[in-house]
Amino acid sequence: MLKVQRLTKTYATAAGPLTVLNEVSFELGRGASLAIVGPSGSGKTTLLGLCAGLDRPSTGDVVLAGESIGEMSEDARARVRNAHVGFVFQNFQLVPTLTALENVLVPVELRGEGGPAAEAEAEALLGRVGLGERTDHYPIQLSGGEQQRVALARAFMNRPKILFCDEPTGNLDGATAQAMVELIFGLNHERGTTLVLVTHDPELARKCGRILRFKSGAVVADELTG
Amino acid sequence: MKFILRMAWRDSRASRRRLLLFSLSVVLGIAALVAIGSLGANLERAIDDQARGLLGADLIVTGRNAPGPEVEAHALALGAQLAKEKSFSSMALFPTAQNATRLVNVRALEGGFPFFGDFVTVPADAPAKFRAGGDVAILEETLLRQYRVQVGDTVKLGETRFTVIGSLQKLPGESSALAATVAPRALIPMDRLEATGLAERNVLVRHRLMLKLPETLDPLAVENEMRRKFRAERLGFDTVAERKRDLGRVLDNISGFLSLVGFVALFLGGIGIASAIHVYIRQKITTVAVLRCLGASAWQSFAVYLVQGFALGLFGAVCGAVLGVGVQAGLPNLFKDMLPFDVEFAIAWPAVARGMGAGLVICLLFTLLPLLAVRKVSPLVAIRSAFAENVGAGRDPWRIAVGLFIVAAVYGFAIWQTTRLRDGVGFASALLVSFLLLAALAKAVTWAARRWFPKQLPYVVRQGVANLYRPNNRTVLLLVSLGLGTFLMLTLFLTRTTLLREIEFTNGGGRPNLLFFDIQDDQIDGLKAASAAAGAPIIVHAPIITMRIAALKGRKVDDILRDQRGGAPAPAQGGPDAEAEDRKGPGGGQARLPGWTLRREYRSTYRGKLESSERVVRGEFVGQVAAGEAVVPISVEEGIFRDMGLQLGDEIEWDIQGVPMRTKVTSVRAVEWRRLEPNFFVVFPEGVLEGAPKFHVAAVRARDSEHSASVQRAIVEAFPSVTAIDLSLVLQTVDGIFTKVAFVIQFMALFTVLTGVIVLAGAVMTGRFQRIRETVLLRTLGATQRQLVQIQLVEYLILGFLAAFVGCLLSVGGNYLLAKYVFRITPSVSILLLAAGGLAVCAVTVVTGFLSGRGITNHPPLEILRQET
Repeated sequence: MLKVQRLTKTYATAAGPLTVLNEVSFELGRGASLAIVGPSGSGKTTLLGLCAGLDRPSTGDVVLAGESIGEMSEDARARVRNAHVGFVFQNFQLVPTLTALENVLVPVELRGEGGPAAEAEAEALLGRVGLGERTDHYPIQLSGGEQQRVALARAFMNRPKILFCDEPTGNLDGATAQAMVELIFGLNHERGTTLVLVTHDPELARKCGRILRFKSGAVVADELTG
Repeated sequence: MKFILRMAWRDSRASRRRLLLFSLSVVLGIAALVAIGSLGANLERAIDDQARGLLGADLIVTGRNAPGPEVEAHALALGAQLAKEKSFSSMALFPTAQNATRLVNVRALEGGFPFFGDFVTVPADAPAKFRAGGDVAILEETLLRQYRVQVGDTVKLGETRFTVIGSLQKLPGESSALAATVAPRALIPMDRLEATGLAERNVLVRHRLMLKLPETLDPLAVENEMRRKFRAERLGFDTVAERKRDLGRVLDNISGFLSLVGFVALFLGGIGIASAIHVYIRQKITTVAVLRCLGASAWQSFAVYLVQGFALGLFGAVCGAVLGVGVQAGLPNLFKDMLPFDVEFAIAWPAVARGMGAGLVICLLFTLLPLLAVRKVSPLVAIRSAFAENVGAGRDPWRIAVGLFIVAAVYGFAIWQTTRLRDGVGFASALLVSFLLLAALAKAVTWAARRWFPKQLPYVVRQGVANLYRPNNRTVLLLVSLGLGTFLMLTLFLTRTTLLREIEFTNGGGRPNLLFFDIQDDQIDGLKAASAAAGAPIIVHAPIITMRIAALKGRKVDDILRDQRGGAPAPAQGGPDAEAEDRKGPGGGQARLPGWTLRREYRSTYRGKLESSERVVRGEFVGQVAAGEAVVPISVEEGIFRDMGLQLGDEIEWDIQGVPMRTKVTSVRAVEWRRLEPNFFVVFPEGVLEGAPKFHVAAVRARDSEHSASVQRAIVEAFPSVTAIDLSLVLQTVDGIFTKVAFVIQFMALFTVLTGVIVLAGAVMTGRFQRIRETVLLRTLGATQRQLVQIQLVEYLILGFLAAFVGCLLSVGGNYLLAKYVFRITPSVSILLLAAGGLAVCAVTVVTGFLSGRGITNHPPLEILRQET
């Protein structure tokens, strides 16, 4: 599902080139789950962004759902994201001007596939994450945990082949975070989605089938959790 | 597309009020364009509808001499109906107003003029009584009002007392406002003119022969035939078609100019919108990034906001059109007095569409500038907010292209409105230079505020000053919008001051302020005595002899004119061909001479010495010659000396009422024309012209307006044919005309100023969203409401002061340029006016700033945080 080959990302800075990711390679099969862990500044989020096609690598390539996205244009990568990828962000990133239902509908409406059937599915997803009564609420009217659940429903709306989560529980309290984790893994199993998540939380990381440990832009350990 | 429209609609939910406020920036500009465009279309229609009434006849023949009997015979042979008019300036005396006198334009009428259009009087039966004959007069309405004259009272013109039978409201082909301001009309029957004794003694009589032609004849063909046949009579001709063309040209110029004033408002609004959208888009970057993460293409996310920009422009255009149509309904009332025809209100849809189109294009172009940044938003912003800082940075060829397109649109619009390349380019360049100057000054201010930051001053002042240069400051936007508005308004006020002061200046220093002309040879001694007896002895007196140029530098004038036309026969004086000829220059490889310098009738004088209003700049003035001198030395005014391409020593042969006289240019004079004194193009020495038929002009100084009135009364009673011009009347006239014109211009300029206020309000409202967190943070850290208000006050005061200051400086520059190059007078600056204007702009800035930003400082921090996040 995801194949990362000798991935390197370098930024030009005043002090010279800065390599934040150095020759990273790994593969992930369909339905697998991977946690990327490491200290701040180790390159976790950069790797996630490159894997999800949010940025272009300096060298190396990413093959996502069978498509090599390293050399693709931004719009072509956007099409791949829309077709195969779901996202859950640390700070939720809901569109503040859309209701919960409308936020969930965005990925399918972008494809021009909106309509009563899509709405019914979005409502069902919101019901699945426990927000069936809050479909008309705007993000500002929802708590952090509720917003993250809407984000999760949105992530699954386009039936993604792979779900990327960036610190999905980083802004949530313990109990809410626990509920969120259960939802993520529950939906992941139900739909057979591949899961890639970045986290600082060792508990959360251990729930994944595999853990990549990062330091200074390089993989220092690749562990299977069994 | 469906997604784009749906997303644009949904995304605008929380910002619709703000977006509407942005769109208000262009409403007034569009309203101005629609109003002027629609008015222009209504005027055009009115001209077409009332075409024949514009002239009152099919053809009017004019001349300084009465058209000969063969002209009349020719017209009668064509089957035309005729009417005649003799007009000249003279003094009217009002016995019921304690013998007050006033310069009027006497019109002696005979026949059924006007043949077309309305001859409107109060009471309405006055024209019928007038045509019945007798010693009756119809006077301009302003005269009746000014001297409290009632219908049935008398007015004395020359030797005759006329009974006033009505007030003149409207005569076809003439604008009542201008006629009433310059010289109010007094209509009398032609057969009563002789008894007044005015016509024979007046040398400036203008004759008109009005023709109503049979329907089968084309007035233009008749005109051409008469031109050819009566060339020697030096007649002028006017037809409905020519009048329509001339009027259309004048109205095009006026509406083009007013449209440009309106366009400045639209341009300012565009800048306001660009600035507001820039801030709006910065707040939307995360949303755009999320959409990109979810698979939206760069085009889709850009299109979402482009649709909002288009909708905003469309809303502004519709509101502007509605307001413009409303304003236009009132505009004919403003113009009513100045137009020689009636204008009825009707919505001119093409004009509305043009105004809306121009508004929409400008709005879209200015919206595009900040919107283009949306294409560059990286989806990475969703996971790393630091990337948001780079949005819009770097060179984008599309931004450069849009910028160039805006410049091209401004130039294109200006050229389209002025219909002249030079004027359009001049206007657009002036606008862009003012804009760039203001923007550069604003940049300099932000730099200076940062460079010389007042570290010793209290915190609130420092915070207010810091607001001038901090990120997302409003310094450039406000200085440009308010500065440009202030500049336009104050320039108009200053120009008015300059013109009035110039006239007042001529009234100082014991200079003459009352001028008598049309004095006959046998009247001059008596007038001198009467004037001295009335306490105003004559200061300057000059005899006037009329003459024409017969030959220049040894070549007959007719030959020169024929050569300049390339052998074609000479056009008649005053006709369109002659005018065209004047605009052209001569040919044959020589410097071309303006035709008017050769054809005109010169009114020259003779003097032993120069007057105080003139000085020799070249050569030597000769004051006396012996009678019988073969070649008489003369002095020529420097302007006409240049126009005629003369050199010292050049010979001019004059035709002095049939008598030839050879002269030689021996000196060139600079003349202060602006002084109310008898000045001349050509001055002869004493000793040669004393015997020629002549009349006189004399100037005196009256102490005040009462004295002036009593002197005029004394002179006019003793010498009814003598005419007086009072300087105060000139002042009044200029002020009257300027007030009427300035009101219309100021009305349009007001749109610019109001747009500036709206842009200001929009900027402050936008700033509200930018700065709310900081204000709340300050509140949380313990800042009192008073301190927060003081910070705002400092910022708005500085901005208001700078906008006013820069606007004042520019207006002083604008007034200087207008005075020097358009009016050719010394510019006057009224410090009081500038101070009042500056204070008003400051006050408007501070009040608008506070009104738009209210609510931020007087609420608990938490409440605002919850509302705004």
